[in-house]
Amino acid sequence: MFDRLYDAKFRGIVLQVLLMAGLVALLYIIASNTAANLARQNVASGFGFLGRTSGFDISQKLISYENTSTFGRAFWVGFANTLLVAILGIVLATVLGFVMGLARLSSNWLVARLATVYVEIMRNVPLLLQLLFWYFAVLRSLPMPLDSHELWGGIFLNRRGFYFPSLFDGSLPHLGRFNVEGGTVILPEFAALLVGLVVYTAAFIAEIVRAGILGVPKGQREAAAALGLPAAQTLRLVVIPQALRIIIPPLTNQYLNLTKNSSLAVAIGYPDLVSVFSGTVLNLSNQAVEVILITMAVYLTLSLITSLAMNTLNARMALVER
Amino acid sequence: MNAATPASVQRASEWLRTNLFSTWGNTLLTLVGAWLAAKLTYAAVDWMLVRGVFQGADGTACEAEGAGACWPFIRAKFGLFMFGRYPDAERWRVLLTYALAIAGLVPLLSPQSNGKLRASLFLLGVFPVLAFVLLCGGVFGLAEVKTQLWGGLLVTLVVASAGIAASFPLGIALALGRRSQLPIVRWLSTGYIEIVRGVPLITILFMASVMLPLFLPPDATIDKLLRALIGVALFSAAYLAEVIRGGLQAIPRGQFEAADALGLSYLRKMGLVVLPQALKLVIPGLVNSFISLFKDTSLVMIIGMFDLLGIVQQSVQSDTKWFSPQTATTGYVFAGAIFWVFSFAMSRYSAHLERRLNAGAR
Repeated sequence: MFDRLYDAKFRGIVLQVLLMAGLVALLYIIASNTAANLARQNVASGFGFLGRTSGFDISQKLISYENTSTFGRAFWVGFANTLLVAILGIVLATVLGFVMGLARLSSNWLVARLATVYVEIMRNVPLLLQLLFWYFAVLRSLPMPLDSHELWGGIFLNRRGFYFPSLFDGSLPHLGRFNVEGGTVILPEFAALLVGLVVYTAAFIAEIVRAGILGVPKGQREAAAALGLPAAQTLRLVVIPQALRIIIPPLTNQYLNLTKNSSLAVAIGYPDLVSVFSGTVLNLSNQAVEVILITMAVYLTLSLITSLAMNTLNARMALVER
Repeated sequence: MNAATPASVQRASEWLRTNLFSTWGNTLLTLVGAWLAAKLTYAAVDWMLVRGVFQGADGTACEAEGAGACWPFIRAKFGLFMFGRYPDAERWRVLLTYALAIAGLVPLLSPQSNGKLRASLFLLGVFPVLAFVLLCGGVFGLAEVKTQLWGGLLVTLVVASAGIAASFPLGIALALGRRSQLPIVRWLSTGYIEIVRGVPLITILFMASVMLPLFLPPDATIDKLLRALIGVALFSAAYLAEVIRGGLQAIPRGQFEAADALGLSYLRKMGLVVLPQALKLVIPGLVNSFISLFKDTSLVMIIGMFDLLGIVQQSVQSDTKWFSPQTATTGYVFAGAIFWVFSFAMSRYSAHLERRLNAGAR
C-alpha cells in the first residue's frame, strides 16, 4: 500500500482527486452561504427579473427603448452602446496608433520627439483619470445649453452635446426653451469615453507598431532600396507586410483591452453595458449574482470573438514556410 | 558653408539639414511640429504659471475671468490627497512605513549590491508585518486607525503593493499549474487565467464588493479595503501567471531533465532549479505588470474607495468651498502628475533592466 505513494502516476491521481474535492467543498460552502444570505434578504434567484419592467430611462439608445421596457431590453441597449464605442474606438485607435508609431520612427527629429512625448505621457497616466479629465475638465467647460455655440446654421455645441441635422429623419436642431431640440446629438459622455479610449490605447499601439517595424531586418529595406523602390513603396510593399506579422498578436491584446476598458464608462455616466446593467439594473433588481455573471459572460464572449477574428487574420498574414 | 564658419556651427547646421530640413516635405513637417510644440508649451506655462492663482483661502480666488490653475486648492488639500483622513498626529507612521519600504527596495533594485537576499527576506517576511502594525495600530501603544480613514496616495500604494505581493505566489502557482502534467490541474489553471483575463477589472471589483459578502456566512463582515485587495490580487494573479509562464517556457528542457536526474522532488526541482532562472528572465515583465496594476488601482474609486484619484474626484466635485471653473482641471493635473512620476520612473527602470539583462545574455 505505502509503496504506491512513491509512484508518480498514483500520487498525481490522488493529488487531483483531493484538489477536486477541495474545490467542490469550497463551491458548496459558497453556494450554501449565498443561498442563506439571499433568503435572508428575500431575493429570489433566477433570471425571471429580466422580464420585469425597468422603469428608468437611458440617455443613448441605438435600439428602441422606453422606461416601460424590460430589464432584458435595457441589457441589449447597454450592450449595443458598448459595441458602438468599442468598434469606433478600435478603428480610430488603430489609425492614430499607426500614425504615432510611424512618427516615432520618423527621420524628422522634431516629429519623432513629439510622438515620444505623446506616448510617454498618455501611457503613464491611468485611463480612468484621463476619462474624468476629458469629461469633467474639458467638456464641462463648454457653454450652458441656452448659450450654445452655433457653429453653422443648425449645428450646435454645448455641454449637453454636439447637435447636428439628423441623418435619419432630416430634422434640424434649433434652440428650444431649455435646450437644443431636434436633430441628432452626440452625448458628451460618449465623446469623452471615445476620445479617452482612443488617445490612451493609441499610445500602446504606437509602441507595438514601432517595435514591429524595427523588428523587420535591415536587409529587407536595403534590398528594397537596391531594387530602386521609393521610400513610400518600400514602407507599403516591403516593411509593413512583414511588420504586421510581429504587430498583430500584441495588437489583438490592445483591442481586447480597449473593449474591456470601455466598461470605465460607468465613471462618467455613458450608458454602456456595465453602467446600465451592472449599475442601474443591479441596484433596482438586487440580483447581484445573476447580473454580474451575465456581464462577465458577455465580455468573455466578446474577447473570444475578437481573438478568433484576429487569429484568422494572423494565420493569413503568417509566414508560409515551405 | 565658407571656411570662416567655426566647426561647431558647421556641425549644427548640418545636423539641422539632415534631421529637420532634408526635403520640402520634411521642412513642412518641422514647421508644423514646431508650431504645435510652441503652442502646447505656451498653453501649459500660461495656464500653470502666468494665469495660475497662487494665493487664496477658498474657490473665490480662482473664479476670476481667465484665471488659470488653482494652486491654493492643492495646498489646502495636500494632506488629504496624500493620507486621506488618517489622523494628523499619526501620519509619521505612514512616513516611517514608506522609509522602511525604500530601505528594503534600494539594495534590491540597485545592480551592484550583495544584500539582495537579506533585502528580499526583509521585504517579503518582516516588512508586511511591520507595515501592518504601523498602519493599523492597536498594539504596542499605537492608536488604532481604521481603514475607513485611510485615503489618497496611501491607499493607492497599499492596494498596489499588497495586491502584487498577494498575487505573486498565486501567479506562480497558476503558471506552474498551466504547465502541469496533471490534466485537471492544467484545465483549472488555464480556465482561471483565461476567464479572469477575459473580463474587465471593474466586474471583478464589483464581484469582490457585492458578491464576496454574499459568499461568507451571514454574520461575517469583511473590511472594504480588504475586499478591494482581494479583487485586485485575484485579477493581477492571472496576468502575472502569463508573464511567469513566459519565463518557464524559456528554460531549456535540459534543466528540468538534470533536476529529474538528480532525483529532486517536484517542489525542489521548481523551487531550486527552474523558478530562480525563470523569474530572473521575466523581471522586466513583472515590473511592467506592476505598472499596469499601479494605474489600475485607480478603479477602486468606482466601488466607493478613496484612493488618490477617488479623493481628488470627491474634492473637485463636491467640496463647495473650492468650487471654481479651474478646480477640476487643477486636481486632475496634480493627480496625473503623481501617477505619471511613479509609472514613468518604473518604466524607465524596467527598460534599463531589460537592456542590462540582454547585455548579459549576448
